[in-house]
Amino acid sequence: MDQAASRREFLKAARGVAVGLVAVVTVKPAHATPAEMQGAIRAVVGSGRITPGKVKIELPPLIENGNAVPLTVSVDSPMTEAEHVRAVHVFTEKNPQPYVVSFHLGPRAGRARVSTRMRLADSQNVVAVCELSDGSLWSDSAAIVVTLAACLEDGI
Amino acid sequence: MASALINVPPRAKRGEIIEIKTLISHVMETGFRHTQLGTVIPRDIIRRFVCTYNGTEIFRADLYPAISANPFIVFSTVATESGTLSFQWTGDNGFSVTESARIYVE
Repeated sequence: MDQAASRREFLKAARGVAVGLVAVVTVKPAHATPAEMQGAIRAVVGSGRITPGKVKIELPPLIENGNAVPLTVSVDSPMTEAEHVRAVHVFTEKNPQPYVVSFHLGPRAGRARVSTRMRLADSQNVVAVCELSDGSLWSDSAAIVVTLAACLEDGI
Repeated sequence: MASALINVPPRAKRGEIIEIKTLISHVMETGFRHTQLGTVIPRDIIRRFVCTYNGTEIFRADLYPAISANPFIVFSTVATESGTLSFQWTGDNGFSVTESARIYVE
């Protein structure tokens, strides 16, 4: 009986320590934070209202090598002189910097679909924001799990 | 010296949407890595890519360190007239490469 009680006490104490550890980890993030990403988005597109929709990120849900992650962004737009996509910006939550790429398109693109390869330092959300010719802003986000993170290996 | 690969269809119908693929060899050093002695490896990236069609800009991209080494960019354009597509990459340490491709529109 006495032994069981001490075991319970131990587990209680251990849980306290574990919670403490988690708290320390969440207080000090190693990279940029989602809040910094929001700041970066505002710095690029201004203070307009961002509505989810129209733009679509295509990312694999799980990637082995974070050094080259295929990224495709497409926007549902007729791409005419009157109604086209002006720009597409991509941001990340946990890379050292929130900026990834900004594509500037126009009616001559014909189709609003661009692809590239990006680096990811951690499993995280990737956000795309597009600016249409009427000034409206649309966004989409995708979650991705990265097995081998970029930026970790050091040079010679 | 950097070398670029460009994939543009040589012939297209007027008004057709063509896909353009570009790849350029470049280390895209992020500026976030350290040597074993602890010094930061300075950033060396391509910052801008511009594509012009007979002198008119049709596509531009601003690149950041989060773009993979050997930047690969795919985009599209409407084949309007025969002529030259020219591609320019510019970046840190005076990096600048220009390539061009001919297209015949019928």
